[in-house]
Amino acid sequence: MAATTGSRTGGPDALGRFGSYGGQYVPETVMPALRELEDAFAAALADPAFHGELNGLLRDYVGRPTPLWHASRLSSRLPQGVRVYLKREDLCHTGAHKINNALGQALLCRRMGKTRVIAETGAGQHGVATATAAALFGLSCRVYMGRQDMERQALNVFRMRLLGTEVVQVDAGTATLKDALGEAIRDWVASVETTHYILGTAAGMHPYPWMVRELQAVIGREARAQVLEAERRLPEAAVACVGGGSNAIGLFAPFIPDAGVRLFGVEAAGHGLHTGMHAASLTAGRPGVLHGSLSYVLQDADGQVLNAHSISAGLDYPGVGPEHSALKDTGRATYLACTDAQALEGMRLLAETEGIIPALESAHAVGALPEICAGLPEGAVVVVCVSGRGDKDMPQVARIMGGGGKP
Amino acid sequence: MNATTQPRRLGAALEAVRHRGSKALVPYVMLGDPDLQTSLAVARAMAAAGADALELGLPFSDPLADGPVIQAAGQRALRGGFRVADALTALRDLRGSLSCPLALMTYVNPVLQHGYGAFVADAAAAGADGLIVPDLPLEESGSLGDACRAVGMDLVLFVAPTSTDPRIAAVARAASGFIYCVSVAGVTGARSDTLDRVPATVGRVRAHTDLPLLVGFGINSFEKAARAAAVADGVIVASWIVQAVADLGAQVAPEERAALAGRMVGAIRAGLDGR
Repeated sequence: MAATTGSRTGGPDALGRFGSYGGQYVPETVMPALRELEDAFAAALADPAFHGELNGLLRDYVGRPTPLWHASRLSSRLPQGVRVYLKREDLCHTGAHKINNALGQALLCRRMGKTRVIAETGAGQHGVATATAAALFGLSCRVYMGRQDMERQALNVFRMRLLGTEVVQVDAGTATLKDALGEAIRDWVASVETTHYILGTAAGMHPYPWMVRELQAVIGREARAQVLEAERRLPEAAVACVGGGSNAIGLFAPFIPDAGVRLFGVEAAGHGLHTGMHAASLTAGRPGVLHGSLSYVLQDADGQVLNAHSISAGLDYPGVGPEHSALKDTGRATYLACTDAQALEGMRLLAETEGIIPALESAHAVGALPEICAGLPEGAVVVVCVSGRGDKDMPQVARIMGGGGKP
Repeated sequence: MNATTQPRRLGAALEAVRHRGSKALVPYVMLGDPDLQTSLAVARAMAAAGADALELGLPFSDPLADGPVIQAAGQRALRGGFRVADALTALRDLRGSLSCPLALMTYVNPVLQHGYGAFVADAAAAGADGLIVPDLPLEESGSLGDACRAVGMDLVLFVAPTSTDPRIAAVARAASGFIYCVSVAGVTGARSDTLDRVPATVGRVRAHTDLPLLVGFGINSFEKAARAAAVADGVIVASWIVQAVADLGAQVAPEERAALAGRMVGAIRAGLDGR
């Protein structure tokens, strides 16, 4: 049986560090639970029954493997005669890659004998995925979501509620993903003995960045096999958007040992890096501790965390997963930033050329393609992760573009 | 390590309280809430009313261990333009006029951004006796603990009701000053009607150390303060006082805020002393 997890790359060290990044900067109250979770996940990885059950869910419930689509009309609009392949995570059940992680962690939750799950969500995709897994497994579920995100992602709020989940509005700070994550951790500090926290991104305290990577590595493992079959060779580049970085690390991880595959992470440049209104932690931040791990953070000189800004609720986060920080420092991956306007252009380009409307998050990866492809060799093969579909964003984008779909 | 070194001011003061058969009272104030002068007035009033040490909050934007009351206090301070340098000013001011130990409470990132060594050297020079960092569990505390030791400060470590016995033993070996015993699984200001888990938690820690054990989180009544103190060496009271002072409203003068905090500390003190 094929393994359902695993990334062909090293895990963190015993202290949960990727290079100097990561760790467990959390209150003592949750430390025993993090140890329990780490042990439970390691045991699950070694258990064929876990892989069997997860594999079955990914195939029969999520609809994996997702297709790798040769986007020839999109390719023709890009420099260097590139051949772009889209990894269609938008075709997963619930509409984004988040379900891969949510189902794996829900299985873990059951193995640990816990009956309640909590989650944070920005765009609502992880919240919907967790609410879905909770419904499937009969778990009680509460999702924390910033007030501002509940407004711009109202459709996903309704989906979560329909799935039987309690959605709790977070008014603190900027009322976005950062504050929802903080509030979810605070809930967990108080509920840790009965509750599993399904953290949705590759950030946060160990073992989450490792666990989320392993559960999302199915993206890159499938894409690697599919592109090898289609092209009889590895791609020159793999591209994904980065907020916390879960779809990016899932795509990247299986390619990390392939030295010839360049890895590009695209952060949200918001109104532009020079305006200070952005979410480009790797590009414009510096190492600091936020939400339990040491990683690049947008912060002031005193270490107070700054507010992020992005048109995309899922990328609107002033931190990033620690493994991305390590990949940036070693130079194994390259991180660049795409503005709100470029992302909207990416969304339009993909819609018009391929008939695929990506989520605003994924549209950042598409929006950066002209810049990335210009630096690649002639005829390069490029794999791009379309991490989610854009349905949830249509009310917001319609307001911005106007009824005719023209900005 | 701490067994062979001289007890520093924080641990020594708390041990002296125990020695005379009393219970320690450590109240909290968020520096800069809503401005530096008011928070200093509150701190002085609490010291005058019988605090055995003061816990001084240095605000952080994303405080994972704090409930709504302390979060709001930190936001008020940050909105008022509070900087880390202001905490040093506050320490110098209080150190000049108070004899009780001063423990700075903050999160790891502001400390890290100034550099562990530079931060603790500046804090110690300004008069801090201890540092309390609730998002720095034992596993991550080694280098900051070393930095604190080098300047004669105590890095206070935590135990919680969820801590396993092996963890408690390891914390007890590394701890100095006192051990912060969290009363409930939860964040500061936790609303718990009972303190059911306190005796067991304190008892499990006591089996491993003679260090003073202070109970904090959710101590929001005279009765709870007395019950927690009965099984430990003292209590830390934060959200209860911070909320009461904040409830006075923004227009109330600093002296009135300080007076209320002082009256509360005096009353808690009297309760702990059985008066």
